[in-house]
Amino acid sequence: MGSYSSELKRSKDSDESARRSSFPDEVLERVLSLLKSHRDRSSVSLVCKDWYNAERWSRTHVFIGNCYSVSPEIVARRFPRIRSVTLKGKPRFSDFNLVPENWGADIHAWLVVFAAKYPFLEELRLKRMAISDESLEFLAISFPNFKALSLLSCDGFSTNGLAAIATHCKNLTELDIQENGIDDKGGSWLSCFPESFTSLEVLNFANLTSDINFDALEKLVGRCKSMRVLKLNRSVSLEQLQRLLVSAPQLAELGTGSFSQELTIHEYEDLESTLSNCKNMHTLSGLWDAKGIYLPALYPACSHLTFLNLSYAALQSVELAKLLAHCPRLKRLWVLDTVEDKGLEAVGLNCPLLEELRVFPADPFDDEIVHGVTEAGFVAVSFGCPRLHYVLYFCRQMTNAAVATIVQNCPDFTHFRLCIMNPGQPDYLTNEPMDEAFGAVVKTCTKLQRLSVSGLLTDLTFEYIGRYAKNLETLSVAFAGRSDWGMQCVLGGCPKLRKLEIRDCPFGNAALLSGLEKYESMRSLWMSACNVTMNGCRLLAREMPRLNVEVMKEDGSDDSQADKVYVYRSIAGPRRDAPPSVLTL
Amino acid sequence: MSKPIEHDYIGLSEQPLPSMEKSSDTNDKKNGLRLKDTELRLGLPGSDSPEREDHDQNVLSLKSFVSGSKRGFSDALDGGRKWVFPGGSGGGSEGLFSPRRSGNNNGGNDLSEPDSGLDGSVSKDGAAHKPLVVQEKKSHVGNTAPASKAQVVGWPPIRSFRKNTMASHPLKSDDDDNAEAKLGSGCLYVKVSMDGAPYLRKVDLKIYGSYKELSSALEKMFSCFTIGQCGSHGVSSRDGLSESRLIDLLHGSEYVLTYEDKDGDWMLVGDVPWEMFTNSCKRLRIMKSAEAIGLAPRAMEKCKNRI
Repeated sequence: MGSYSSELKRSKDSDESARRSSFPDEVLERVLSLLKSHRDRSSVSLVCKDWYNAERWSRTHVFIGNCYSVSPEIVARRFPRIRSVTLKGKPRFSDFNLVPENWGADIHAWLVVFAAKYPFLEELRLKRMAISDESLEFLAISFPNFKALSLLSCDGFSTNGLAAIATHCKNLTELDIQENGIDDKGGSWLSCFPESFTSLEVLNFANLTSDINFDALEKLVGRCKSMRVLKLNRSVSLEQLQRLLVSAPQLAELGTGSFSQELTIHEYEDLESTLSNCKNMHTLSGLWDAKGIYLPALYPACSHLTFLNLSYAALQSVELAKLLAHCPRLKRLWVLDTVEDKGLEAVGLNCPLLEELRVFPADPFDDEIVHGVTEAGFVAVSFGCPRLHYVLYFCRQMTNAAVATIVQNCPDFTHFRLCIMNPGQPDYLTNEPMDEAFGAVVKTCTKLQRLSVSGLLTDLTFEYIGRYAKNLETLSVAFAGRSDWGMQCVLGGCPKLRKLEIRDCPFGNAALLSGLEKYESMRSLWMSACNVTMNGCRLLAREMPRLNVEVMKEDGSDDSQADKVYVYRSIAGPRRDAPPSVLTL
Repeated sequence: MSKPIEHDYIGLSEQPLPSMEKSSDTNDKKNGLRLKDTELRLGLPGSDSPEREDHDQNVLSLKSFVSGSKRGFSDALDGGRKWVFPGGSGGGSEGLFSPRRSGNNNGGNDLSEPDSGLDGSVSKDGAAHKPLVVQEKKSHVGNTAPASKAQVVGWPPIRSFRKNTMASHPLKSDDDDNAEAKLGSGCLYVKVSMDGAPYLRKVDLKIYGSYKELSSALEKMFSCFTIGQCGSHGVSSRDGLSESRLIDLLHGSEYVLTYEDKDGDWMLVGDVPWEMFTNSCKRLRIMKSAEAIGLAPRAMEKCKNRI
C-alpha cells in the first residue's frame, strides 16, 4: 500500500481546482472506504485537508493502541461514523502482575461518549482494559445494533455482566471472552440468551471455570445455525461435546471442553464419527486433560486443520507425534513442553507448512527440571519447517550455536520470542553470554518485527539490535544488559521501534534520556526495576511536554528511585484518573 | 565503539562491589559471572567442591541482582539460602525442601556475609544455584514446603489465566500415574534426582523387590550422566566410561543413595526393611557422600523408635 500513498501524493501536485471538480468527495469517500488497514488510512489522512476529511468520514473502524494516547471526545470529533472500536489499555506487563490493580484503563468513560456519538456501534474489542458489570450492562442497553464483544486479558467484571449482554443484545453475533480476570459466579448467564435469539456466530467462554447450564447451551447451539466458532470451557464433558457437535457440524473453530471422560466404546465411536463430520474445522483448541487414548477420535477431523492449540493438554511426545501425522496442513501449533524435544522432532517431520510455533512450560515454577524442551527441539523444528516465522519458546537451556542454526534454517522470522526461564543464564555449553544468538537473529531475520530476549546478555546484544534490527517494532528485555549503553544503542538504532518494555536491567537516567525525541514516535516505554530515578523522569517530563511520564512507586522503596516508569505519547494530556500510587510528572 | 562505562547495577548503594568489576569483563570467561554456577543444577550446595574458591565471586556478583531490585530478588536469594542441608548445624528435622530461617540470617536481606549461612560452602552454593527463581511449590510429590517461598514477580512471563489453570489442575503426567495408582494399587512413582544431573527421573518402587534391584535400576538410569556436564542428548562416546564410573561411584565412596520419608526427613537408603522403605519413601536423591554426613545415626534412631 506504500506505493498507493505516494501515487496519491503525486496527484496532489496537479491543479487543485481541476482535481476537486473531477473527483467529488463522495467518490473519494467511496474509494477510501475500501481501505481497511488503519496504517494506510493514517497515511491517506496526511495527504491534504480534503483527503483528511474524506478519510475521517469514511472510516468505520478505529484502532486505539493506547487508550490514554487520546480521549474519547477527540476520537468522536474526528471520526463521526465509527461502528467498530478496538481499544488497548494497560501496559503489557500487567499480564504478569507488574502493574498495580487499580491502575486505570477503565472503559466506562469511553462507553458514555460512544453512547452519545456512536449509537449504532456494532463492535467493541478490548485488550487489557478494566470493565465492570455496570459498564457491560450499560453497553448492552445503549447500543441496539451491538454485534460483537471481544474481551482479552481484561478484568473487573463477573458473569453477571455477561448475563446482561446475553439478555439485551438481540443482534449479537460474537461473544469472545479470553483469558480475563473474570469473577466467575456461575454458569447461569448462558441461559439469559432468549429463545428467539439465533444470530450467534462466535461463542468463546473457555475462560470460565464454573459449570454452565448444558441444556441451555445445547439449545442455543442448536438454533444458531450460523455458528462457526465455539470454544467451550473445561466443565463441558466429552459426551456433551459430542451432542453439541451433532447440531453444529459446520463449525470452523472448535474448543473442546475436558477431553478425559470415561467413555464406552459406543460413545467413543459416536464421538469419532461426529468429529469426522466437521469438515470445515480449521482450528482446534481446548483439549483440557486430554488423555492419549481418546486423541485418535480427533484424527479424522484434523485433515484440514491449520491451527492446533494443545497448550492446555499435557501430551507426551509419542501422543503428539501420532496426532501430527494427521495434520499435514498445520500452520500454527501451540503445545506444552511436556512433549519434549522428541515431540518437536515430530513437528519438524510432519508439519512442513508450519508458520507459527508456541511452546509453553507446563511447570514454569518448578525449580527442578522434570521435563521440558531444549535447544535440540527448536533446532529440529527449524530443519523441518522453513516457513516458520513466529515463535514463542520457553526453555531451560539454549546455546548460541543452536539459535544461529535455527535462523539460518528459518530466515523469515517476524516474531522471535525466546524465554530462557532462568534469568541471566548463559549458553549452557560454552558458558558465554547469549549475545551471539540474538545477534544472529537480527542479522539474519531482516523482517523481524518483534523480539523478546532472555538469558545472560551484555550490551553487545543491544549493539546488534540497534545496528541490524531495522524493522523491529516491539522489544521486550528482562534481566539483561550491562550499562546505559545497551539501551542507548536500541533507542538510537531501531527506526521503527514502537514499544519498548524493560524490566530488571541496569539502565539508568542516561539511557532513559537518550531517547527524548524517540519516544514521540513510539507508542510507549516501560521500565521497571531499573536504575532510573525520579529526577531523571522529571527531566524527561519537563523536556517533552507531549509525553505522559508516569511513575509507580513501590511500598518501602527509596524516595529517589523510580521503580516503574511508563512513558507514552498522548494528545489527551496527562490523565486524570490515575490512582494515588501512580505519579504523573 | 568506545567501551561503555560500567555502571554499578545497584542503584542504591554507593560502593561498587569488587566482584562486579571483575565479573563485568565478558571477555574473560574465567572472571566472568561464574556462569557455570548459574546453570540449573539439582545438586546440593557444596557439590562442586573443587570450585569452591570461586563462589565468593559468584555470590557477590549475584548480590548485584539482589540489592538492585526492591522485591523478589533478595527474597529469592534468601530463598536460595534455604536450600541447606539439614544435617548441618542448626538441626531440626525439616526436610530439604522446607524453608528455614537460619539464625544466622541478618534480617534476611543482607548478603554481605554469605558465610553467615549454616555452612560456608553450603549457603554460597545455595545462593549460587538458585539466583532468582525460587518459586512457590504447588503440588509436588513429597514436598512439604509451606507456601512462604519467595517468587520473582511476573517471571517467567506467563499470563495469570494460564498460571491459575495449571495451578488448580496440575498438568504433570505423574498426576495421571498417581490417579492410576489410586485405581489399582499398581504403582508408586517417586522422583529421583542426582547431584549434578540436569534433570530428574521417576521410578516406580513397586516394581522392585529389593534394594539391590532398585540400586541397579538407578545405575542404569543415571549412567549417562557424569558429574557436571550432561548434553541434552545424553549420549556420548563417554557412555561406556560413564557407566562403569557411575557404578563405581555408587558403590564407592563418592555418592550415596538417600530418600525423603513421610516426615520429611532425609535418610540413607538401606537402613530399614524394604517394605517399610517403600511405604515411607517419597523421593530419592543420589547425594554426594560429603553431604550425607549425619544421616545414618538418625535413620537408626528413627528405626528404633518405630520398632
